[in-house]
Amino acid sequence: MKNYLNEKTGLWSWLSTLDHKRIGLLYLFSVLTFFFIGGIFALLLRLELFTVGETIMGPEAYNQIMTLHGVMMVFMVIIPGVPAIFGNFFLPLQIGAKDVAFPRLNLLSWYLLMTGALVAIVSVVTGGVDTGWTFYTPYSIRTDNGTIWVVVGAFIMGFSSILTGLNFIVTVHKLRAPGMGFFKMPLFVWGIYSTAVIQVLATPVLAITLLLLTLERMFGIGIFDPKLGGDPVLFQHFFWFYSHPAVYIMILPAMGIVSELMATFSRNNIFGYKAIAFSSVGIALVSFFVWGHHMFVSGQSDAANFLFSIITMLVGVPTAIKVFNWVSTMYKGSLSFETPFLYALGFIFVFLIGGMTGIVLATLALDVHVHDTYYVVAHFHYVMVGGTLFPLVGAIFYWFPKMFGKMYSELLGRTAFALIFLGFNVTFFPLFFAGTQGMPRRYYDYIKPYETLNQISTVGSWLISAGFLLVLIAIIHSLLKGKKAPDNPWDGRTLEWQTQSPPIHENFEKQPEVTRGPYER
Amino acid sequence: MFAHSCMGANKKTGTAMIYIFIFLLLLPLSAFSSAFPSPATPISTEVDQMYYFIHVLSLGCGLLIVGAFILFAVLYRRKNNSQATATVHHNAWLEWTWSIIPFFIFMFMFAWGWLVYDKMRTPYKNALEIHVYGQMWNWDYVYKNGRKTAEALYVPVNTPVKLIMTSRDVIHSFYVPAFRIKQDVLPNRYTALWFKATRKGLFNIFCTEYCGTGHYSMLSKVHVMSLEDWEKWISTDPYEGLSMVEIGQKVFRGRCTACHQTTTQKMIGPGLAGIFGSVRHFEEQDSLTADENYIRESILNPSVRIVKDFPDQMTPFAGLLQEEEMTGLVEYIKSLKPEK
Repeated sequence: MKNYLNEKTGLWSWLSTLDHKRIGLLYLFSVLTFFFIGGIFALLLRLELFTVGETIMGPEAYNQIMTLHGVMMVFMVIIPGVPAIFGNFFLPLQIGAKDVAFPRLNLLSWYLLMTGALVAIVSVVTGGVDTGWTFYTPYSIRTDNGTIWVVVGAFIMGFSSILTGLNFIVTVHKLRAPGMGFFKMPLFVWGIYSTAVIQVLATPVLAITLLLLTLERMFGIGIFDPKLGGDPVLFQHFFWFYSHPAVYIMILPAMGIVSELMATFSRNNIFGYKAIAFSSVGIALVSFFVWGHHMFVSGQSDAANFLFSIITMLVGVPTAIKVFNWVSTMYKGSLSFETPFLYALGFIFVFLIGGMTGIVLATLALDVHVHDTYYVVAHFHYVMVGGTLFPLVGAIFYWFPKMFGKMYSELLGRTAFALIFLGFNVTFFPLFFAGTQGMPRRYYDYIKPYETLNQISTVGSWLISAGFLLVLIAIIHSLLKGKKAPDNPWDGRTLEWQTQSPPIHENFEKQPEVTRGPYER
Repeated sequence: MFAHSCMGANKKTGTAMIYIFIFLLLLPLSAFSSAFPSPATPISTEVDQMYYFIHVLSLGCGLLIVGAFILFAVLYRRKNNSQATATVHHNAWLEWTWSIIPFFIFMFMFAWGWLVYDKMRTPYKNALEIHVYGQMWNWDYVYKNGRKTAEALYVPVNTPVKLIMTSRDVIHSFYVPAFRIKQDVLPNRYTALWFKATRKGLFNIFCTEYCGTGHYSMLSKVHVMSLEDWEKWISTDPYEGLSMVEIGQKVFRGRCTACHQTTTQKMIGPGLAGIFGSVRHFEEQDSLTADENYIRESILNPSVRIVKDFPDQMTPFAGLLQEEEMTGLVEYIKSLKPEK
């Protein structure tokens, strides 16, 4: 049977493809590769922290690996992750389009990501970077190594993000199937759309900031370096003006996936469709006005702290609404616990913890104590890994039959989930306590009282990596030995399930028309 | 239908999930008792109360939500493939309720957080003022009468203290967990912190803004002593009656331990035992035998000669040491012999 996978063959047919589905797979392959490298870095860091004193490496190596772990996971995995892989593959399918609006631009975006990634990786060869993924000045100006490469790499990758966002906005506005009004779009599309808006509006600010940093390093123009009359805190404002909304670039499409999973595996209407859709847009808008909560102890004024604290609290409301809606979607449903649904439920659990500790961090007097401690490390891993990576892996299993036309093994899928879920909590939960007890983040070594908590955490990191290895095995097993997938294995209602598995080159045999809501049964 | 084939496994998975969730919910309770370093300032107690309140509240809400989805998972598990599902689209009353209640909880937390924060940020009247300097990778403290120390921040108990802080290089952050206070220390301006310690003792100071290789070893202590002891401490000459080596050792403990050990063991910089009189090989292919002048130069202007395989990272101490301290350090380093 003809489909997008066998329509053309050969490496070049992939590297020059304009098909959004193939580009989605290019992203899938590259992001997973980056993820495994970043994951190995994480394992090394946790191993070093297993005991007090030097365990496997010295402080310089530790700081460089810590930086690489952060840069790779943020800029090369979770920012491109959900939008670029699943947005590319399923946005056009879910709105009944043949492709994205600008297929050539789409391919260019992938090449930009790869170029940026390569440039960033050059830094490893030129001596490593030890600034952390936040590149705070003036340290990032003084430290004499590959910082400039990573910064230029992040700059280039930013353009990949901007162009992808632009492409998706136009696609959503112009290419929806006849009959599909905005409120007949699946919630994944709403998530991608909200994210795209942030990508287009916020990423240029990062680009400008990184450019200024590069100019300062290369030509000694005083912008952030106090020795030249600059202001180092200005860098933090610029940086977080992008990097806070970036958190929502990661989480909003992931929330979209969760909405899809909840509806499909509950065989139910999504509860409060409009509330979920509007809360995505709401979070996207508010996200531009909360960057200062990263800077409560930076020396910014108390008045600024007052405003940033109260606005940050507001983000909690639409987020809570979403959680209530997802749980309510299960009410009187017909629930079936296949692997993707387990990831959705696991997501709700860890995201609750991530969200509630977010309220703790938004509370000024509490933040002063836990700011820049392991409490924050635990919190953002709960939000980033739990919030983004869980839905991402859930999405791989959910859409795998559609993408490759093969079923995966439920046994492997569920076992992998159990390991990841348990391992994740064992790794990161103890870190809340380490933080409360005062253990600062980005420490190569720590004092004795923190040792037990760190050892529990390191053991957890082995569990979680066993889980991810099993995911990889499940994928390979399914590609080689998987049963042929039906067109609609989960009884899903959105349009991607109406075409064959895997889909043909331009998605649908005939243009689908939409007459009902996305989840109506 | 594929979903049909794993109906039996569904029940097992559901049960396993429930056990995992319950186990995880019990985790936080076990560690609650020892969560904080015990409080040593009035503000600490207030922070702790708020901390416990929000965490217990979160745990309660979390239990409700997780409880609801476990209940639904049990009640509405797919028993047969034609199981009817509800067609509830939304419920305005319910949705408004669960939007407004969190809103008020969040606003309450904001207000409480702000009130305590405001208290933290309101300076005590007539506080004892101490200047704090951060640099890669140690803290030093200068008192109004000119007394300087890098060994510890000595303060009297039950006395309000104001720290006026600045950095000599990059951004650092001054954090005393037992006091629940923290403030970034910037190179281009002063920032400040206030506290009143209510217990005597030694309390950890950590740097909490990443500042390079030795960030983790930028440690110090607050030494809270009785008023009489403190007054005696501040008015005596710190080096009176000490031998040169003892003076050097005192300076070393405050200034050098973030990077150097007194054995041959390498840390960020070389271990110092046996350095004196040994042959040092430099990046520029030349070498010399370490004498007093070499050690003096390496402390005051370390970038002049970089020993092979070490990064050019040491802070220059030119202008930061008195002659007496400089000489003490040289003599102390001379006295360090490799252990056999």
